[in-house]
This record gives sequence, structure tokens and C-alpha cells, in this order.
Amino acid sequence: MTIAALNSNPAAPAILPGSGGLRGALSDLFWRRPKLLLLLMLLPPVLWLGIVYIGSLFALLAQSFFSIDEFSGLINREFTLKTYGDLLQAANLDIILRTVTMAALVTLASAIIAFPIAYYAARYARGRWKALFYLGVMLPLWSSYLVKVYAWKLILAKEGILTWLLGKLNLLWLLDAWLSLPIVGGNSLSVSFTGTFIAFVYVWLPFMILPVQAALERVPGNLVEASSDLGASPGQTFRNVLFPLALPGIVAGSIFTFSLTLGDYIIPQIIGTSRLFIGQAVYSQQGTAGNIPLAAAFTVVPIVIMGFYLWGAKRMGAFDAL
Amino acid sequence: MRSDGSPSAPLGLKIAAACGLLFLHLPILLIFVYAFTTEEKSFVWPPPGLTTQWFAVTWNRPDVWEALSLSIRVAAISTAIALVLGTLCAAAVSRTRFFGRETISLLVILPIALPGIITGIALRSAFALADIPFSFWTIVLGHATFCVVVVYNNAVARFRRTSGSMIEASMDLGADGFQTFRHVVLPNIATALLAGGMLAFALSFDEVIVTTFTAGQQQTVPIWMLEELIRPRQRPVTNVVAMVVVLVTLLPILFAYYLTRDGDQIAGSGK
Repeated sequence: MTIAALNSNPAAPAILPGSGGLRGALSDLFWRRPKLLLLLMLLPPVLWLGIVYIGSLFALLAQSFFSIDEFSGLINREFTLKTYGDLLQAANLDIILRTVTMAALVTLASAIIAFPIAYYAARYARGRWKALFYLGVMLPLWSSYLVKVYAWKLILAKEGILTWLLGKLNLLWLLDAWLSLPIVGGNSLSVSFTGTFIAFVYVWLPFMILPVQAALERVPGNLVEASSDLGASPGQTFRNVLFPLALPGIVAGSIFTFSLTLGDYIIPQIIGTSRLFIGQAVYSQQGTAGNIPLAAAFTVVPIVIMGFYLWGAKRMGAFDAL
Repeated sequence: MRSDGSPSAPLGLKIAAACGLLFLHLPILLIFVYAFTTEEKSFVWPPPGLTTQWFAVTWNRPDVWEALSLSIRVAAISTAIALVLGTLCAAAVSRTRFFGRETISLLVILPIALPGIITGIALRSAFALADIPFSFWTIVLGHATFCVVVVYNNAVARFRRTSGSMIEASMDLGADGFQTFRHVVLPNIATALLAGGMLAFALSFDEVIVTTFTAGQQQTVPIWMLEELIRPRQRPVTNVVAMVVVLVTLLPILFAYYLTRDGDQIAGSGK
């Protein structure tokens, strides 16, 4: 419509004169040299991300090769691998192992809970229901992270709604039995690994649902029908048709659930035991301990893990499902 | 019997999907109940009584207002920066295929693909190395960096649907590059940008992990909440703030959804 307005005069010449001036010159220049325009468009974002982000990452990496003077507490800006040596202490390896295990479990649980929601939304939900499902995932995804953590603090507290509910169902013995288990148990759910796990799954679940749904949307419905026409049971159809096609989506989602769990330090701090996760170790090293080199070395661990993870995910075509 | 056009889901799938959605929503609804509880010291359920007095108490707390004002200012400026950078990047990546295009997409996604704590401590150590003191602008610097990707994603999706022939048609009809941008490109991507901006705002308003590393002594709303969660002073006030935060982030999301909801019927969607 706007184009028509620009050129509404039927007697307008076929070739218009150049519009002249600086603006016209610039416009012509960009048309003749699209590469220049491209460069100008890319320059600000690349400079910003390159300097602020990549620059900071290198600053971080540089810090990890410094060391802290144990007596004065000052940072010694000389290249050394001592900090990485400190990182390999048994206590720190424990922290890394604990975090990676938690991240893997959270990813697995999110994938299992996410699949039915994503599959229903992709294959069965239509029209208004589809919108409802979409919002039903988007709203929790975008609701405040801290509020979500806080909500679970309320739910899992000893005097909270979950205990009340289990009491009404006469299932308190089950809760007590679970809490008396080693490692996953504790005084109450809000100070146990189980609580940390539930909060992680809850907070990152939407990040898993969306890519899985995107991947499942691309599976034609008649493929599933063909599979069952050919005599496959629903389980076989799932294993041999749906799951392989949904896998790139699951991997794409797992990038988020895994990476976010690796780096989180707030959930285990608010809902969890006193045993540290990588994020908490980083936070306390740079904060109270003032040992930025060790904190930096700690963050290199998730970077390396995520590097491998992203590399593997790319090979599986997960980025197309994002 | 399966190919009758409108297949119905197996019962098990329906139940699993419904339970999943309930799992996602009930905890947030619980926040709304707790904002009215009369209980001050614990998280006891069911609430012993309901009251609205905590809204008045919260209203009169200057620290809440300061945090809110800082959060809104940071989110507004970060969103503005992210809008410019994200749109430029999306336009460049979707218009042309050039060497390193994949790298650019990766560069944009990296700040949210890597754990927030890495972004946070990376920025902190960069500030330390460069002797930059913490200020309003150090918070903005961090927020804008990870907000770019939200705008970028929305803009790229819309550019993909906007057919390039419309730009060529505009040029053929005699519009110069700027006119084409103003009258053809901008109207096409405006709602996507607005949606991206809304989401970026919500993202920045809610961010806590990076902010703890770049804020120094200042408190945004999430940092204020984090303090309250670790060292509770007045739990009912926290409950009320939590409810307000849910509402404040909900509105931009709903609006962004409304803006991009019928994106598939955008003009020029030749695919």
C-alpha cells in the first residue's frame, strides 16, 4: 500500500532520477556495494558481543592462569598452572561430579516430563487448545526465576503444602522413609538433594518442552499412522519412529537444562544441602574467599563440558530444532 | 480407524500432558495465596487467615521502590540497546549468506547458551582487570549482552517469513534503501521487534545470576528478593513482592504473544 502511494502517479517516468543529496548517495552506495552495508550492519553487534562478551571470557580465562598468594591474599598476575592444580583437589572434584550428576538427572527427568506435553501440543492440540498449550508453557518459562524458586521453598517447607497434602492422604510415612535415605534425604525436602532436584526440573522444564515440540511438529502425522498400519505397537512406534525424530529436539532442550543446571548457584543455595555445586563454589571463591583465579578455573569446567556438549549437539543436528 | 481426520489422544497421554501442565502452573498460583496470608514467621499451609494489610506495608517500603525503579531503568536501557544490536544482526544474517554467518549466530546465542554464572564472572573479572567500578552501567552492559539474543531470535524468524522480493519490488518501484526500510521492512518486522523488546524487558527485569556479579551494592528487584530469601526480614513483604513480580512479567509476555500470534499470516510469506 505504501509503495502504491509512493508511485501513484500513472505518468511517472519508468526510471526515476536519483534522489540526490547525502541520503541518495548513501542509498546508491549501499545498493552498489551490499558487502559494505552488511559490514556496517554487523559491526555494532559483533563489536559489542566481541568486546564485552568474548573479551570478558578471555579476561576470565586469563584470570584462571593467575594465582593467589596464600599469605597476603593478593592476586599474583603471573602465568601459572597452580590454580588448576588446586582445582583437582578431591573436594573440588566432588563438587564437579555432584553438579554433573545433578545436571544429567535433571535433563533426563525434564525430557521424560516434557515429552507428553510436547507430543500432545504438537499432534493433538488444535486451534484454541494449541494456543492454550503454547501459553501454558510460555508463561512459566518467562515467570520470574526467583519467584519460582521461592514457590518451591513454600511447597517443600516442613510445614508447607506438600507435607499437609501427604498427611491428608496418609502418606507421611512415605515422605519420612524417603527423607531417611542417605544422600537424597535430609531433615525436610527443602534442605535435601531431592528438593534441589525438583526445583531444577521445575525451573528448566519449559526449556525442554519448546524444542521437543518444535521437533515433533515436523513429524508428519501419517508417519505414525503408517507405522501402526504396518503392525507396530505404540511402544514400537515410539521407539523406532517418534523418538529418533524427536531426538534433535531433546538434545536441543538438553543443552539448556544441562547448561543451566551446571551454572546455577541460587537453587542449591535456597533449596538444598550445605554441600556445594559448581556455581556456589565459583560464587564463594570470588566473593568471600576473594580467590578470583580459582573461581575462574572452576568456570572453565562448565565451559569445557558445554563445549563438548554443543559440539556433539551440532553433529546431531540439534541447532535446527532450536 | 486411526485415519479419521481428527485423531483423539490416548488417555494416558492426555493425563500425562495435563499433569505436566499442572506441575508447571500450580506453584505459581500458590504465590498468589501466600501474598494474603496472616502468618508472618513460617510457610504454614493452609494459611491461618487472609489479609490485605501486607500490600499497604509493602507500598510504604522505600527499599522496594528503589529496587523497582532501578530494575525498570536497567531493563529499559538494556532493551533499547538489544533492540538495535539484535535487529542489525538479524537483518545481516537473514539477508545474505556470507562467510562466518554460522559463527555470528553462535556468538549471539552464546551468552544464554553458557551458564549465566560464566557470563557474570567473566564480566566481573573483566571489570576487575580494567579497573571499572560497579555502577548502573555495568549492570546494563551485562543485561544488554544476553538480551540481544531474544530480539535476534524474534527478528530472524520474521525476516525469514518476509520475502525478499518485496524489498526488490520496492526498489524497482523507485524507493531508495531508506524508503524501503521505512515503508516496507519496518512495518513488516515491527510487531516482531516489539515482541522481542517485550521479552528482552522481561528477561532483564527478572535476571539475577549475572546481576549479582555486576551490580556492586545496588539492588534490583531480583537481588532484593534473593537477599530476602537468604536472610528473611519480613516474609509477608517478600510474598507480596513475589506476586507483583509475577504480574509485572506476565503482562509483557502476554502482549508479546498477542503481537506474534498470527505470524504465519504475515504479508509476503511465500516460504
